[in-house]
Amino acid sequence: MELSLNGKTALVTGGSRGIGRFIAVTLADLGADVTITYVSSADAANEVKAEIESKGRRAKAIQADAVSYEKAERVISEITADWEKLDILVNNAGITRDNLILRMNEEQWDEVIDTNLKSVFNYSKAAAKPMMRNRGGSIINISSVVGLSGNAGQSNYAASKAGIIGFTKSYAKELASRSIRANVVAPGYITTEMTGELDDNILEGIKEETPLGRPGEAEEVAHTVAFLASDLSSYITGEIIRVDGGLAM
Amino acid sequence: MSQDVESKVKAIIVDKLGVDEEEVTHEANFTNDLGADSLDTVELIMEFEKEFDISIPDEDAENIATVGNAVEYLQDKV
Repeated sequence: MELSLNGKTALVTGGSRGIGRFIAVTLADLGADVTITYVSSADAANEVKAEIESKGRRAKAIQADAVSYEKAERVISEITADWEKLDILVNNAGITRDNLILRMNEEQWDEVIDTNLKSVFNYSKAAAKPMMRNRGGSIINISSVVGLSGNAGQSNYAASKAGIIGFTKSYAKELASRSIRANVVAPGYITTEMTGELDDNILEGIKEETPLGRPGEAEEVAHTVAFLASDLSSYITGEIIRVDGGLAM
Repeated sequence: MSQDVESKVKAIIVDKLGVDEEEVTHEANFTNDLGADSLDTVELIMEFEKEFDISIPDEDAENIATVGNAVEYLQDKV
């Protein structure tokens, strides 16, 4: 038995950088045609698109923020118009605006909840119709171990990532009868631009707390996403898989 | 034309819900009489949209609960 995504089409939100980029490329490696969305990094998005095409897969890079439902619907319509169907949706787009609760302003709260949580509703809702028509689909929502255990200075981020878990389980229950699966991947500390902003002391602490003794690599998250996207995970829905070196166990 | 809409609508309902044609009366309610679950009704709307090449907004879809509702709505739009 082989992990293959041949003949499948995928959408990865926030796919130009960080973990999303590795997810997009990994899905293409396994045979999927992949669309990525991005907000500001057009050059990076075009690089990812070119990389996917160099593997002989079809690719699109569409500029669309994750916050507007109308845009989400437009992105998904474009995919189904050109590629006929959407099999895999990876809700990956996310930002941080860290601050202690006592110092956090409304804007920091709203921005994170909108980008990280509302976006998951937008794209998952817009994807439901084509997936229902297609009699199946796999949605993978990227949460975080912070959504399971909380983190001082990240109440907005933790709330958005915990919210994703409740949403995903509800979605999994609502759409299970149409063979649409929805699961959560909860990464721990992964080496990306986002965690690159952390200072050395914090990074040392993470290494000490993580049983596997090192930060994770984005590919390691992408491998788990690929498994959940594939038919190898056909009996798994509403599940949370931590990819965190044991950090949150 | 209006007869045409009605027969197309009924054919879609028979096909989607797996019910007998005689059951699909004007008054039949999708959920209570024809055994549709909530996703079935969403799928019916999607099928109507496809068959008649129109877009049915959610506000309108909520008011389409019976075969008659659907036929009248679609006759109006097509």
